[in-house]
Amino acid sequence: MNVQAMRAIYLFEMARTRRTLLQSIVSPVISTSLYFVVFGAAIGSRIAEIDGISYGAFIVPGLIMLSLLTQSVSNASFGIYFPKFTGTIYELLSAPVSYLEIAASYVGAAATKSTILGLIILATAGLFVPIHVAHPVWMLLFLVLTAVTFSLFGFIIGIWADNFEKLQLVPLLIITPLTFLGGSFYSINMLPPIWQTITLFNPVVYLVSGFRWSFYDVADVSVGISLAMTLLFLAVFLAIVAWIFKTGYRLKS
Amino acid sequence: MVTLMQTIIAVSDLSKTYASRFQALKSVNLDIRRGEIFALLGPNGAGKTTLISIICGIVTASAGSVRVDGHDIVADYRAARARIGLVPQELTTDAFESVWATVSFSRGLFGKRANPGYLEKLLRDLSLWDRKDSRIITLSGGMKRRLLIAKALSHEPDILFLDEPTAGVDVNLRRDMWQLVRSLKATGVTIILTTHYIDEAEEMADRIGVISKGEIILVEEKAELMRKLGKKQLTLQLQTAVDRIPPALAAYQLELSSDGSELTYTYDAQGEHTGIIALLKALNDAAIEFKDLHTTQSSLEEIFVSLVKDAK
Repeated sequence: MNVQAMRAIYLFEMARTRRTLLQSIVSPVISTSLYFVVFGAAIGSRIAEIDGISYGAFIVPGLIMLSLLTQSVSNASFGIYFPKFTGTIYELLSAPVSYLEIAASYVGAAATKSTILGLIILATAGLFVPIHVAHPVWMLLFLVLTAVTFSLFGFIIGIWADNFEKLQLVPLLIITPLTFLGGSFYSINMLPPIWQTITLFNPVVYLVSGFRWSFYDVADVSVGISLAMTLLFLAVFLAIVAWIFKTGYRLKS
Repeated sequence: MVTLMQTIIAVSDLSKTYASRFQALKSVNLDIRRGEIFALLGPNGAGKTTLISIICGIVTASAGSVRVDGHDIVADYRAARARIGLVPQELTTDAFESVWATVSFSRGLFGKRANPGYLEKLLRDLSLWDRKDSRIITLSGGMKRRLLIAKALSHEPDILFLDEPTAGVDVNLRRDMWQLVRSLKATGVTIILTTHYIDEAEEMADRIGVISKGEIILVEEKAELMRKLGKKQLTLQLQTAVDRIPPALAAYQLELSSDGSELTYTYDAQGEHTGIIALLKALNDAAIEFKDLHTTQSSLEEIFVSLVKDAK
């Protein structure tokens, strides 16, 4: 295993985060704070408690998940797309490094960034609403697993995309709507029965539900199913990445 | 066994057909010797970059194999690639990283532990040390070209590929680049360069390969190539201009300049008898006097043009 190469890629990506601190960390924190101001303080005070939890506190896991998913995808997709765009990908392809090592390094860096961001948002949320984490270990597990899974997804998008528009397409048109409709800001039990069934086809429901359970011990679906679905997405994305590298899809001619 | 030791890159029956069905390489066989400077010449689209890209792992071959220092580039890609440094044709660099960061990254990527002393020497040799903390975007084109070389050399490779190293660079930088290549060769690095510039190959290469339409049409020692294919011409400046070449000199197939003041005789430099003595005697017999004479040899460029033309 080329540990030096993995370290080099990982540190290179983390250095990019430091250079783009405003975009990577500060911007999501500010937008999350705005959600708390609007939904937590302004509107949230007029909404009844959900499952015995104040609305402001109820949306915390969903808000973290929203940032976690979008940032994991955008960090990882940009990380691998940019070398393709500038042409510096030649160096990666000609280095004595395996595809697995390349993917692990990029995904590892993107997931690290997203996890740090998730924890910062959690700390920020603590300034607005009282937070209680019922199962801290599970909370961290869901946080890291989701970050890794969606960083893998972002890596796939970064390889698939051949222009900047495509790079933005999936986060904007798929991730964000699915997160909003996945119970981030409400319990799916509040929906009419038919929509409750339809919502179960939204994969984000399982991620948000499991994550919320780790905070408040309440969930829309069983935590076991949430965990299983998260692992299923991880396996699917891993399989796609393995196929990409096996075939050289959009990497090698 | 001796051949095996001397050969550092062995290309066997290598073919490449792209998805567009364009056949870039047609069963190419080529051996690169350890420590030599090998120049690969060929017109645009001849397959030079495809050949280099396959050896370096950027493009997948359709058929055939390549061994780098005995290591197959597919089965044993780590060992093969660790020995190679590649300077690409395009100025493909990051923009916002510092010179030092990008060179350190390249070294790590090729599995080498940090060695600030070596990288400092490398950047000093390439006149980049003063700019080590500069962001790449602020460098001039020539500096970026040198930076790409520094990145390629950062992991101390045995083999350096230079794909059109002096394309679009000024005369001074070209001279500097040639000097650098010579000094690398002196340290034992094998250098393979592709170029459009014949003078570049003529100036530096030990051996020359000519590729055209995906086929290697010639591989030869540079000196031998010029000796074999180089025509020599003897030009005589006449004392008095003549209207036509006398019939007695017809056998020499002389060319008369438009003003009638010069006669040119083309001969085979490697031939046992060049015919020069007989020509001079015949000129004397024909009462044609000359006031000066000089000889010229065809350049590599002329040889290359004629080879590629023949291959068409």
